[in-house]
Amino acid sequence: MAFLWKRLLGTIPSLLGVIVVTFLLSHALPGDPAAYFAGPAANAASIAEVRTKLGLDQPLPVQFLRYVGDLAHGDLGNSLTTGQAVTTDLLQRLPASLELTFYALVFAVALAIPMGVWAATKPDSLVDHLCRASVSVAAAFPTFFVGLLLVYIFYFLLDIAPEPVGRLNEILYTAPPHVTGAYTLDALIAGDFATFRACLAQLVLPAISLGLFALAPIARITRASMLQALGSDFTRTARAGGLPRGKILITYAFRNALLPVSNVLGMVFSFLLGSNVLIEQVYGWQGIGAYAVTAVLASDYAAVQGFVLMMAVLYVLLNLLVDLLGTVIDPRVRFEA
Amino acid sequence: MTAQLTIEDFSLVFRTRHGTVRALEDVSLSVERGEIVGVVGESGSGKSVLAYAVMGLQDAAARVQGGRILFGGLDMLGAGEQALADVRGRELAMIFQSPRTALNPIRKVGAQIEDILREHANLPSRELRKHAIAALARVRIPDPERRYNAYPFELSGGMCQRVMIAMALACSPFLLIADEPTTGLDVTTQAVIMDLIRDMSRDQRMSTLLITHDLGLAGEYCDRIAVMHAGHMVEIAPVEELLSRPAHPYTRQLLAATPTPRSTVEGLVSIPGQLPDLRRDLPPCRFSARCERHVALCDEAPLPWTSLSATHLVRCRVPL
Repeated sequence: MAFLWKRLLGTIPSLLGVIVVTFLLSHALPGDPAAYFAGPAANAASIAEVRTKLGLDQPLPVQFLRYVGDLAHGDLGNSLTTGQAVTTDLLQRLPASLELTFYALVFAVALAIPMGVWAATKPDSLVDHLCRASVSVAAAFPTFFVGLLLVYIFYFLLDIAPEPVGRLNEILYTAPPHVTGAYTLDALIAGDFATFRACLAQLVLPAISLGLFALAPIARITRASMLQALGSDFTRTARAGGLPRGKILITYAFRNALLPVSNVLGMVFSFLLGSNVLIEQVYGWQGIGAYAVTAVLASDYAAVQGFVLMMAVLYVLLNLLVDLLGTVIDPRVRFEA
Repeated sequence: MTAQLTIEDFSLVFRTRHGTVRALEDVSLSVERGEIVGVVGESGSGKSVLAYAVMGLQDAAARVQGGRILFGGLDMLGAGEQALADVRGRELAMIFQSPRTALNPIRKVGAQIEDILREHANLPSRELRKHAIAALARVRIPDPERRYNAYPFELSGGMCQRVMIAMALACSPFLLIADEPTTGLDVTTQAVIMDLIRDMSRDQRMSTLLITHDLGLAGEYCDRIAVMHAGHMVEIAPVEELLSRPAHPYTRQLLAATPTPRSTVEGLVSIPGQLPDLRRDLPPCRFSARCERHVALCDEAPLPWTSLSATHLVRCRVPL
């Protein structure tokens, strides 16, 4: 528990830094929000009026304090494009992106970790080279291209994937009642298996397009840390003790290799969450990536700030989670902290 | 007495990118029931390679060129991986240097002992814990119930080596191979660990192969000593005889380089020259380049064994 508190306290400086940076960042965005907000028919006077109303004429430190004060109330401002509170917008769209990213990661892990382990048991063999080559190729294609290719093949040519119309074809199904915001989870909670299957079917192609990108880092780190663990003294001890091959591979080598793998998984997850943008465009996914792009194009200050801040907080939390996972995997971490 | 382990004319090479290293050549040695045999030599002499070969744990680059290794009735070189795994940990056990890294860092030491017991001891699951704690108690670890739950990093180097010994002896093996078991431990702990190994082998009539570079240590604990140099076995004799009447020039130089309670730093002599490059063509006697007694006859192959007595063998043309 002491460890948990220490790590939680440790996140405070990074969060403060993030707040300062997001505040300054949005001021570096091109375009004048006052002019945008005042509308196309505005003249200099009305723009100045809007500027005063929004507080944009105040010196930066004053604006910053107001920003922090609003944040403390959970107020990220209103979006100029949707007209809603940014907090509402983000909370509405975040589950969609998280769900997609989660399934992409599940796909990547399910494929890359066995590949990495397999490659590590036969280093420099044909299997090893094939694994390396295939994940490199998967990472080399741009995600949007892979996304389009998969839609073309599996929806247009083969017609085995559903129409890429976002999270759920709302003509045929109704979205499950909101509990977590993740459709598959909510459908399960509601006990609606037909909707669950439909949501899952919508997820398959975008999750694969996104996940392909993550194969290479995960497979590589798995292979490298497995090789190290398999070549270690304690693996030799396990062999000298006549333990069965599977036991040596899993209990001795793999569990030890997991720590670096879990660290990379954390990074890959936040990276995928950030690179959702293109996939969301291709599949009509109503996630935060699409929201952020619209906001940037419209110089929608508050929305961009909110998006960046949320991503940063997510990143910090994710790192915390990875650290906690590390203590479960490796008892030494608990004591070093 | 019957031999627990017989190594006959064993040769092994390493295929590397930079050539073939002839790591072991015509090595012969036997270990009787209950006997402690030391294999002594400087770093690079091939003594650890020999130990791993006996375990069947040699490096992937290693190629056996000839000879036999018989453990009990089992031909270790011909046996399949399954047969080897069956013997390892049960009848044949090994402990290593640097006990801290030799134990799984993220698994409780009790669980690591249980892994061995579960595989070999044929015990019901609920008995495993009791037997693991008993194994810890047998190597005189204080408070074994509590230590059962310890991770290696929570224990001292000496304690870790005791855990290693507890693991190795958990199934009462016939032969224990101890590869530099006290390297990296302080002197007092060294003595404690070695006493423990000796007592265990006496109690259980277990044979022990002690691999060490420390002739003094081997002299104190072994019944017989085999001296290795550059992949050759050069002399084998009972301890007292080897220490008092070394017959091979290399053994004598090793003795002169070994500190005793009465020796001074000035009195210690280092052995001139270094191990020959085992990738090159080598003379029949691999010590000849470093030897002050070298004569023309030394360059004639094959180099024979000379029996000085029934138990004292030396591989030298001009023994002392």
